[in-house]
Amino acid sequence: MAIAGLFFYLFATITVASAFMVIASRNPVYSVLFLILAFVNSAGLFILLGAEFLAMILVVVYVGAVAVLFLFVVMMLDVDFAELREGFLQYLPVGGLVGFILAAELIIVVGAWTLAPELTASPKLPIPNPSEMTNTEALGRVLYTEYVYFFQAAGMILLVAMVGAIVLTLRHKEGVKRQIIADQVARTPATAIEVRKVESGKGI
Amino acid sequence: MADFFSTYVLPVLIITGQSLAMMVALLLIIAYLLYFDRKIWAAVQLRRGPNVVGPWGLLQSFADFLKFVVKEPVIPAPADRAIFLLAPLVTVILALSAWAVMPVAAGWVIADINVGILYVFAISSLGVYGVIMGGWASNSKYPFLGALRSAAQMVSYEVSIGFVIITVLLCVGSLNLTDIVESQRSSWGMFGWYWLPLLPMFVIFFISALAETNRPPFDLPEAESELVAGYMVEYSSTPYLLFMLGEYVAITLMCALMTVLFLGGWLPPFEFAPFTWIPGVFWFLLKVVLVFFMFGMVKAFVPRYRYDQLMRLGWKVFLPLSLAMVVIVAGVLQVTGWAP
Repeated sequence: MAIAGLFFYLFATITVASAFMVIASRNPVYSVLFLILAFVNSAGLFILLGAEFLAMILVVVYVGAVAVLFLFVVMMLDVDFAELREGFLQYLPVGGLVGFILAAELIIVVGAWTLAPELTASPKLPIPNPSEMTNTEALGRVLYTEYVYFFQAAGMILLVAMVGAIVLTLRHKEGVKRQIIADQVARTPATAIEVRKVESGKGI
Repeated sequence: MADFFSTYVLPVLIITGQSLAMMVALLLIIAYLLYFDRKIWAAVQLRRGPNVVGPWGLLQSFADFLKFVVKEPVIPAPADRAIFLLAPLVTVILALSAWAVMPVAAGWVIADINVGILYVFAISSLGVYGVIMGGWASNSKYPFLGALRSAAQMVSYEVSIGFVIITVLLCVGSLNLTDIVESQRSSWGMFGWYWLPLLPMFVIFFISALAETNRPPFDLPEAESELVAGYMVEYSSTPYLLFMLGEYVAITLMCALMTVLFLGGWLPPFEFAPFTWIPGVFWFLLKVVLVFFMFGMVKAFVPRYRYDQLMRLGWKVFLPLSLAMVVIVAGVLQVTGWAP
């Protein structure tokens, strides 16, 4: 287990350090790149826990899609940092409050976990032995049986959010020529070309 | 001490040796795939292609390699040096690391992990970072436009690739690449592989793989007639070589993935005597080269897509089609009781 411990400290240190660099670096593109590093290292932590499916999904969804879009937006932003720093004191109370609430919640969760372990150790379904069932199968059995309605509801919420985002950005401009692929494909020689006999010395 | 050696040092040495062997073989194969690619392109255009270095030009890739390595790397003054040099490394390291789980013959795999296909999918979805980082760090117009194009393109086509993989997984019942190949073994030989029952998905995967690896006709991030060379404009010598190498490793990975998912991996095309005598790695290589030949032919005779057409194809054609196929295949498997 010494190797596992070594890798745990490696991944954990890089995760925490890059999470710190996300807020400490001056260039927002560097921030996003450090965020990606933090994601990849937390995927490593998941693998150490034996949660290989979660690790891969974390990389596919967060690093492969979400962070790409972050980077996409941040690269195009023209952020003026002098202006941002001026407002620092103004936003400090709100930021401090959010930080305080997060810290308090973390302390409550970890405190409950250490003080009363029987609360967290009684999941509704027994955790299967990893040697009998793969991660993917175990997750599938829980998600699609016990929690199928919650799973569907989460999917619906995401769908509504997606439709909302599209509606917000969709605008129909008048007078824009659009390509209608079906019309193009439906063209035949009869509708597309015309053969004319041109007399010599005369145009059409 | 002997215990320490046998539990830690020996496995590390074995894995290092396997990885090195895999990498050397892979890079050698890619040197000749590059040559093959240029020869196909030349043949379609009635040219001779590379034919000067070595007999029939066989050493052309090595000559190119040497030339790239000994040239001077130029880094533009306004570029972000760290990210500029990191980008090609990210591309090539990610592309190579995905090969760790690729089974090239029965049992010939470095890491036979449970979530093999997800690992390949995850790593190939990270390939976009090399392009974006390179495009942004160059601090120049054309590379930046190329990076923006590729970000949208690769994210779009990953969605349909994901659905294609899910369809195959529904038929297999496992995420392990070796299991995926073994589940295609049947008395039907090559007609039992998934390319025939899942033919629409095979076509969708092929086209999406072209888009995912920025191959023509979807090479918009580096479209030379519009963006000079897109995200690679400012790169020269070894960093450029690494980009090029990473791209070809990713293309070969996609060919290998198609082989594993749809063409039965290392399985012989017919399950009887003369075919079963030939070792599996030969069949695997043959299939990879066959898929690569199709990639090369597409590059040679399909004109480049316009960007809006590319997005339309990804989101309005492939996404609904692949989503429908997931539902249909799941329904058929459930109704007929074929689901594993």
